Amino acid sequence: MTLYTSTVVRPRRPSRVWAKIGENTLYAIGLPIVLVVIWGIWATIAPAKFFPSPVELVEAFIDTWIGPAFVADVLPSLARLGIGIVVSILVGVIAGTLIGLNRWLRELLEPTLEFFRAVPPPVLLPIAVALLGPTDVMKIVVIVVGSVWPILLNTIEGVRSTDSVMTETARSFALTRSERLRFLVLPAASPRIMAGVRQSLSIALILMVISELGYSSSGLGFQIVYFQRNYLIAEMWSGILLLGLIGVLLAAIFGFVERRVLRWYHGIKEVERG
Amino acid sequence: MADTLLEVEHLKKVYESATGEVEAIGDISFSMRRGELVCIVGPSGCGKTTLLKCIAGLLRPTAGKITLDSHTVTGPPANMALVFQEYGRSLLPWLTVRGNVELPLRHKSLSRAERTRLVDDALVAVGLDHADRSYPWQLSGGMQQRVAIARAVAYQPEILIMDEPFAAVDAQTRADLEDLVRRLHLDRGMSILFVTHDIDESVYLGERVVVLSKSPTWVQEDLSIDLDADRDQITTRALPRFTELRTHVYEQIQRAKRGEAVRPAA
Repeated sequence: MTLYTSTVVRPRRPSRVWAKIGENTLYAIGLPIVLVVIWGIWATIAPAKFFPSPVELVEAFIDTWIGPAFVADVLPSLARLGIGIVVSILVGVIAGTLIGLNRWLRELLEPTLEFFRAVPPPVLLPIAVALLGPTDVMKIVVIVVGSVWPILLNTIEGVRSTDSVMTETARSFALTRSERLRFLVLPAASPRIMAGVRQSLSIALILMVISELGYSSSGLGFQIVYFQRNYLIAEMWSGILLLGLIGVLLAAIFGFVERRVLRWYHGIKEVERG
Repeated sequence: MADTLLEVEHLKKVYESATGEVEAIGDISFSMRRGELVCIVGPSGCGKTTLLKCIAGLLRPTAGKITLDSHTVTGPPANMALVFQEYGRSLLPWLTVRGNVELPLRHKSLSRAERTRLVDDALVAVGLDHADRSYPWQLSGGMQQRVAIARAVAYQPEILIMDEPFAAVDAQTRADLEDLVRRLHLDRGMSILFVTHDIDESVYLGERVVVLSKSPTWVQEDLSIDLDADRDQITTRALPRFTELRTHVYEQIQRAKRGEAVRPAA
């Protein structure tokens, strides 16, 4: 990370920032709009039983999800997803920091952790149900057990690879343990931690659905399977659409937080590219 | 001696490696008075950095004793500040210039106002008071090293240790930074131990130059630099005495490289 620039970098003017955001938004929604138009034309020319037209889908979406179902199915699912993600981040970062800072702990645990990480989490669902019953706690546990691994392993790796000169600097200035954690170890590991969180988000969303499939009577995943089994095709697709939208929302929230947390990191990359 | 700040006695450092033991430092002894600016030069690979890390308490010596301010060094001493060669890896890129300079002061029992004053004062001393909100990676190499120096100055150490701090900056920046070090030493009476491989730099900066032998290292010569305290890049470097001294040190280094110098019996 040795960097040279000859002058102080000036921040971009606000008006240009807004123009850039507008341009990016146009790029982001351009392709979806084109696809929806093609799909609408296709559905009009050749109607198919399993593929409703965009208009039907939007109607089904509004009828199905806007109203009581939002409170009964969507919100509980989102709450479990949110709690699952937060618990995964807390457990992953705290345990990862402890393991990353202790060499003996790391060497003791890493092979075992790799094993548990390799087990596909859905197979644990029946065990979780047997132990915890078809409860909210069980569903959150399933989400956490699946999505904690990328965060945990990335945190271990990030904490472990803290730059040696930075560590020596911190030691020579006699920084306290908590100062070293807050100002050196965690920021140094933050790019890796964020990469782990990004992976975990998609795993958590998958497990949110899976945890509701077999042993549930409400929730987004339950509803989608219910619609499938009852040939409510447009409703089923609307559920899938909702899942996609939740995924996009998660990615947007993540992107917002990531840009804030890793501002320095992206700044360095920008300088390196010149 | 009451005003002895740093005392290195019969320091020896042997590294254990897979291929056997490597004796990096044979037997180094020297001392430094309070308020002195001492330069250490030696041929490349002579264990200069090892010596510094031992003094800084980052490495445990195999034998010998280091005393700083009449306390034996066993870990990093609180009254010492370090400036490394790798400024880009020594400053924290997620903190601003001000954040970096302020960080070591956080656990000192200072009021907020006092802390801010120390940081401001240090930034002014290195000429970076206009860049306190920038991030290190937005600055040039020379400016980054100034930040590292400001951090050390604000820390108010008894001794400032610099490990080849200007090896990675260009020649003009280097001359500016050398004058900055001279000024800190003269204006603030800072005790500075400056390690370099540059012979001219050691003679220009130091009041004393300690010449190290090649590895396993001992002190080959401890030379007093009898130049005027008020030094200048142009006139000082043109003085006949400067040329004599640098030639002398140069010859010593050449002898050290060839291994001609004889190790004194301990």
